Amino acid sequence: MIPELGQFALVLALILALAQGVLPIVGAWRGNAALIATARPTAAGQAVFVFAAMAILIYAFLSYDFSVAYVADNSNLALPWYYRVTAVWGAHEGSMLLWVFILNVWSLALAAFSRHLPDAFVARVLGVLGLIGVGFLAFILFTSNPFLRELPMPADGGDLNPVLQDPGMTFHPPVLYMGYVGFSVAFAFSIAALLGGGMEQAWVRWARPWTNVAWAFLTLGIVAGSWWAYAELGWGGWWFWDPVENASFMPWLVGVALIHAQAVTEKRGSLPAWTVLLSLFAFSLSLLGTFLVRSGVLTSVHAFASDPRRGLYILGFLVIVIGGSLLLYAIRAPKVATGKPFAPLSRETGIMIANLLFTTAAAMVLLGTLFPLIGDALNLGRVSVGPPYFGFLFVLLMAPAVLLLPFGPYLRWGHAEGRQLTAMALRAGVAAVVCAIAAAFFAQGHLRAIAGVAGAVWVGAGTLAYVVKRWREMPRGRRFPAEMGGMLIAHAGVAIFLIGVMLSESLSVERDVRLAPGEVASVGGYDFRFDGVEETEGPNWRADEGIVTILRNGDTVGTMHPQKRTYSRGQVQTESAIDAGLFRDIYVALGEPMDANDAAGAWAVRLYHKPFVRWIWLGGLFMMAGGFLAACERRFRAKKIAAEAAATQPASPALKTGESPA
Amino acid sequence: MSRLLPLFAFLLLVGLFGFGIWWNTQHDQHEIVSPLIDKPAPAFSLPVLGEPARMVDKASLLGKPYFLNVFASWCIECVHEHPMLMTDVKQLGLPIVGFNYKDDPQAARAWLAEHGNPFDVIVADRDGRTGIDFGVYAAPETFLIDGRGVIRYKRIGPITPEVLDKEIRPALAALAKETP
Repeated sequence: MIPELGQFALVLALILALAQGVLPIVGAWRGNAALIATARPTAAGQAVFVFAAMAILIYAFLSYDFSVAYVADNSNLALPWYYRVTAVWGAHEGSMLLWVFILNVWSLALAAFSRHLPDAFVARVLGVLGLIGVGFLAFILFTSNPFLRELPMPADGGDLNPVLQDPGMTFHPPVLYMGYVGFSVAFAFSIAALLGGGMEQAWVRWARPWTNVAWAFLTLGIVAGSWWAYAELGWGGWWFWDPVENASFMPWLVGVALIHAQAVTEKRGSLPAWTVLLSLFAFSLSLLGTFLVRSGVLTSVHAFASDPRRGLYILGFLVIVIGGSLLLYAIRAPKVATGKPFAPLSRETGIMIANLLFTTAAAMVLLGTLFPLIGDALNLGRVSVGPPYFGFLFVLLMAPAVLLLPFGPYLRWGHAEGRQLTAMALRAGVAAVVCAIAAAFFAQGHLRAIAGVAGAVWVGAGTLAYVVKRWREMPRGRRFPAEMGGMLIAHAGVAIFLIGVMLSESLSVERDVRLAPGEVASVGGYDFRFDGVEETEGPNWRADEGIVTILRNGDTVGTMHPQKRTYSRGQVQTESAIDAGLFRDIYVALGEPMDANDAAGAWAVRLYHKPFVRWIWLGGLFMMAGGFLAACERRFRAKKIAAEAAATQPASPALKTGESPA
Repeated sequence: MSRLLPLFAFLLLVGLFGFGIWWNTQHDQHEIVSPLIDKPAPAFSLPVLGEPARMVDKASLLGKPYFLNVFASWCIECVHEHPMLMTDVKQLGLPIVGFNYKDDPQAARAWLAEHGNPFDVIVADRDGRTGIDFGVYAAPETFLIDGRGVIRYKRIGPITPEVLDKEIRPALAALAKETP
């Protein structure tokens, strides 16, 4: 009975989403205040029923309701309760419900924190979000219903994919979706602006904090996913250019471009059409990612169930949403676009160049991801491109962005002067060269490591020099507004990330060794003593657990316990043991026993020493923190009057807090 | 006009995706054409399951076409495929070489004792190194290797009656035509 209520809740949510998608937009178009006023209540109503459906699905998992096919497929009696909760989004149907759930979280937040915006504008924004909700709710109800019954009811269920049984998994998909779906808000703002035409020039300022928060969540989600792949998949890598990873990376790249373009449009009134287009792209790529993952058009290690009906549905939805919005853009953009000109040497130009680099990188990733499909279409056979393609082109495109980055804060809006730039370039350049020479002594001959240090110091020193300059020249309290602080922290994150990537990629040591109990292998200055294997058990698995003692110069550093787990359904999963440190990770994965009948004998063991690998995720966390901090900017929370004043005068307060003509 | 460009680019993408969906309905997901088809099978030398001292290599299997079936006791789909191997595939009259992939020998033998043993000989690839040479993607997989040691056909995933009739029998017929 209860699962039927869940289904019923979804139907009601769909009807309310339809109301939310149609009535307020019509109201804003006809100037009908009563219809405009339906925006918030219908959004709240849709959210109530979607939340109810979500709660019911979670309840079905917690109460072992195996009569629900989705529950029976993805959980069993032995699965601990926390993995039964995360199993909700462990497969296709539930993760679509999670998508809609998070869409409603964003809609509710928008309904609550938009009191200072004009009612007609909010009505349009919520209306667009309602229409997106319609698309996804109908998709769930017609092709991917998580509440379908399976009769007769099985006595026990299947199992959650063991790869997903990890603490990282509890939190990776929801956070990633917060980012993905969050771009729907920027998208809705753009569509609302296009629909509304001229009057809503100030929409960019209202959209900025939402975009920043969505981007920060997406950053966190990608970092979590990368960390999870590193810790859980046992491959020791942190990024694989897998289609599913690419699906989250493309919106991220466009998101980087978007948050910078929004700053230009908000403060200077330049590039408004480009900003609109980018926000359409960011959300379109989020949808496209969903399509690629869910339609089975591309196969990947993430291997979700595929169904041509679902693929066709999503494709139709894409055509309506993306095609429709691009058409609207083509028709209405000239009305919104009254870009202000700027000098060739200015912050606008710098951001424009970086924007082109990032969007090109996103296009490059898209092309690489679709390559197998293009190969089929042109009858070249199913070819795919891998890390060599992505790695090479991505570095090629990002190198100029890294070179440009420290100049950013020094470039003045409108028209910049060369003198300050050369002074900065001289200082950061000298620092980079000195550090690179120092690094050359440590990283004998590893060019990539040396280049990484040089790039990181270039970015880091340039950013730090700007912090010092602000500190000296500005009075207390006005030195670092949230927006600028966020920018500086995120840029520092780039430097940290560069160190992590370049050093861990070039200096890591990996060895596959055969170790009998008592034997010792050395990797990266550490000695690994293999102390044998014990049997151990978890709630739904049993495992061989290796005991490896780490020694350095004869002193014990720690003991590690890599496992080889066998789950109740027979799937085997490697649980690598990781000894994490700020400057290096030690990573031990257990292979197979050399003689199967003798688990007490020698084993194949994989040992890694990865210097600075943690800086990759640390850099990502800095970027995320920057995104969140920038969203806290006081200027974004201006009251209604200020917003309306700004509507007539889009570029006015830029001089107050943004850049200082020192 | 230039404002219409993003729309046109998107419509191109839509065309590509539509094609992708159509392609998938026409083709089996398992049919990722192996680059090894019509190439000599990789040379290998593996111990026989349960008799680690006895080795089987590629050369010793030359002369007569045979099936090479990748299986493991941890593989769920293999259980579903197994009855086909025991009856229909066996009746085709070709030797079936079992390729025990990344498996525990004891578990493998217990599994065969439970489900039956259709194999003429079983080699054990404990560490999966030879599996990499063969491009093994997942278990079960089945290769048809001709008398000269050339891979003629590969199936990723379980053999179903449909696959047997539509793919394996025609492949065998083609083979029979060449070597009368």
